[in-house]
Amino acid sequence: MEKNISFKLKIWRQAGPKEEGRFELYELNDIPTDTSFLEALDILNEQLVEKGEEPIMFDHDCREGICGMCSLYINGHPHGPATGATTCQLYVRRFHDGETITVEPWRSAAFPVIKDLMVNRNAFDQIQQAGGYVSFNTGGAQDANALPISKVAADEAMDSATCIGCGACVAACKNGSAMLFVSAKVSQFALLPQGKPEAKRRVKAMLAKMDELGFGNCTNTGACAAECPKNIKLSNIARLNREYICAKCAD
Amino acid sequence: MWLTNSSVGRKVVMSVTGLFLVLFVTFHALMNAVAIFSLKAYEAICEFLGANWYALVGTAVLAAGFAIHIIYAFWLTYQNRKARGSDSYDVSARPKTVSWASQNMLVLGLIVVCFMIVHLIQFWAKMQLPEIMGERPAGGEEALGAAFGPEWWYYTLPIYLLGFCALWFHISHGFWSAFQSIGVNGNNWLPRLKKIAMGWATLVFVLFAVEAIYFTLHFAFGTNF
Repeated sequence: MEKNISFKLKIWRQAGPKEEGRFELYELNDIPTDTSFLEALDILNEQLVEKGEEPIMFDHDCREGICGMCSLYINGHPHGPATGATTCQLYVRRFHDGETITVEPWRSAAFPVIKDLMVNRNAFDQIQQAGGYVSFNTGGAQDANALPISKVAADEAMDSATCIGCGACVAACKNGSAMLFVSAKVSQFALLPQGKPEAKRRVKAMLAKMDELGFGNCTNTGACAAECPKNIKLSNIARLNREYICAKCAD
Repeated sequence: MWLTNSSVGRKVVMSVTGLFLVLFVTFHALMNAVAIFSLKAYEAICEFLGANWYALVGTAVLAAGFAIHIIYAFWLTYQNRKARGSDSYDVSARPKTVSWASQNMLVLGLIVVCFMIVHLIQFWAKMQLPEIMGERPAGGEEALGAAFGPEWWYYTLPIYLLGFCALWFHISHGFWSAFQSIGVNGNNWLPRLKKIAMGWATLVFVLFAVEAIYFTLHFAFGTNF
């Protein structure tokens, strides 16, 4: 049932990458519970603009949970309290009337704040560019039955490929580790015959880039998989470790 | 060298030394149990593991295992803190599936190390060390009697039980985490390994705790079972 609620927003404001940040308290009144959380922020920004204040900067794009642009660390959870959903799929009905909602940017040394709630996630692009692709000519599409792939492997690869690269795993990790992201990207190729020829080179290059960019070491707390909006599984990290150890031993 | 300059490699070192130490504490707990059944047999084990060359090689390997595990723990923690950045979250919540132990491994390890220092002073410094120095070593029963005797038991027992608790938490995460770090894990094995870790940690804890309580009753209160 739709109703209207009022709540406070405690939001991180930071004028620029080098500026000192601080929390500001805002009030939103009479917001319908069927409003999405990002729409609530839009409403707040409109009010701020009307008042002649600087609107709050936050990342967003598709608003249907597939692009990986939206971020926000809401009440202690990346992408907010909902599980298996991105911030743009979060609705105001998740919160109570009179509640104070704390909204912070992803915090990790490898994801520096650009402004307010927006962080620079270019590090993920660099990891992808280091090896997250198949580089040979694929030519025309093969007949589907020409390349036998087990159902188990196909399903696993598809599940791994659902990673949208939003960075929630890094935000959730107490070590700022990007292992879940890298492991999903490595797994989606490692599981399929098309990815096998370059598997060793790929895993070494992507992991080396991850380490170089200052992400932390995985300590298997599992916070990443618990907070992942796409439910990427922890077993991907075991696969990444396995692939990397085998590649290094083969050298 | 990938075991030092890659994140996966460093975790492999942590994992292999950790599994080695898990095996060590398990054997240790089993050997202590001998003293419950026969102090004579326990004395024989203590003599066998005196300052013979094989016992010294074993001690050196074990000390190296501890040293590498501890040094890597501080090194990894330092790197991870740096990766986390200087700004911490104002509100943070631990997801249900994340165990408390997994987020506090360094602290738990430090408690175990503190306990170990007390333990080494009470036993190793009286048994193997004098023998290496060419002096008369204390026997197994003698050392047990001193640590768990009327004078010291009320210090010894709580410190030991605290150490065992920390060890339980440490192994309950460390055991399955070690398999994950060397890539021996998957969707089917993850829940199994977590259960085995709990079972193994509990077995080690129960063995050690029962032994400490038994020795206290035996040496401090003269209870004979």
